[in-house]
Amino acid sequence: MPNTPMVILESRFHHIKALLARLRLDSSARLVVLVDKDGQQIAVHGELGDLDTTSLASLAAGNVAATGGMAKLIGENEFPTLSHEGEKESIHICVIGRVLLLVVFDDRSSLGLVKLRSKQLSHELAKVFAEIEKESAAARANSSLPFNGITDEEIDSLFSPA
Amino acid sequence: MTFINYASREINCKIVYYGPGLCGKTTNLQFIYDSTAAQAKGKLISLATEADRTLFFDFMPLELGTVRGFKTRFHLYTVPGQVFYEASRKLILKGVDGVVFVADSQEERMDANIESLYNLEENLRTYGYELMKLPYVLQLNKRDLPNVIPTDELTTELQRKGEPVIEAVASTGAGVFDTLKAVAKQVLTELRKA
Repeated sequence: MPNTPMVILESRFHHIKALLARLRLDSSARLVVLVDKDGQQIAVHGELGDLDTTSLASLAAGNVAATGGMAKLIGENEFPTLSHEGEKESIHICVIGRVLLLVVFDDRSSLGLVKLRSKQLSHELAKVFAEIEKESAAARANSSLPFNGITDEEIDSLFSPA
Repeated sequence: MTFINYASREINCKIVYYGPGLCGKTTNLQFIYDSTAAQAKGKLISLATEADRTLFFDFMPLELGTVRGFKTRFHLYTVPGQVFYEASRKLILKGVDGVVFVADSQEERMDANIESLYNLEENLRTYGYELMKLPYVLQLNKRDLPNVIPTDELTTELQRKGEPVIEAVASTGAGVFDTLKAVAKQVLTELRKA
């Protein structure tokens, strides 16, 4: 079954957050979001305001999936980067293996700078996610996932009225 | 793909509602959205045509509660049912943890149900998944309409592996939460074995 859980340990998560903070600073971006290709938000850093980052993550994954589908139709494997430029706010997405690095920026930055900094960080993030793959496999092998051995009563408790 | 974050203590899973065009996939999500407390849900995103037909997908995040100190969050998606949206329908299945097949109980939609179910199995296979091994629920929707096929006949025709079969009228909410509960329980039970 290829559908195996991805496990992010606390130390890895803080490392990822630090990398996102660095990218945000280096690229003068408003917000940086790391998203799994299936649409799950992994981490976010920056000016959130009332932005719905859960929806943003799901739509970004849909966007990448759709353009990836188009890429295959014309004989490409995928488009590794996507950019959407608006009047005030813009988005740049960089595909790094199974994750997407999404940067939201405005006129304090530029597409060129965001592209450059994202590309520089993508190598580091690729290494981090290679480690996460190993840690996820180890957690599965050691049966140390949080729901391992969960009882029917514990599962049922989620569905009983509060 | 289930995503477990030890820092935020969250477990996220992806459930996809599949089925032929106009079978009531979006109506299922809409009912869940309308009936859930604001703090337990995010926005309902619908990428639809001007005629309100699903173009790419509907999406809503739903938080069920906390188990073993982890918040369990389900991301609910629908696929576009119309046959010609095949390319985008397939994309939504990527990383799926559980599937609900919403069948239209009307006699004239039987062929569409069978075609969609076959299409689901085929699309899952392209990602290396087997329907027989995946958390899965069959919902028989539109039971309130006059021209429906009897439940046992529909079950004989559409049930694939002894999965839970739930009668529903998604427009009134009948069977909607029973369906969600049935698939969510299977997804969490899978994590027990992970």
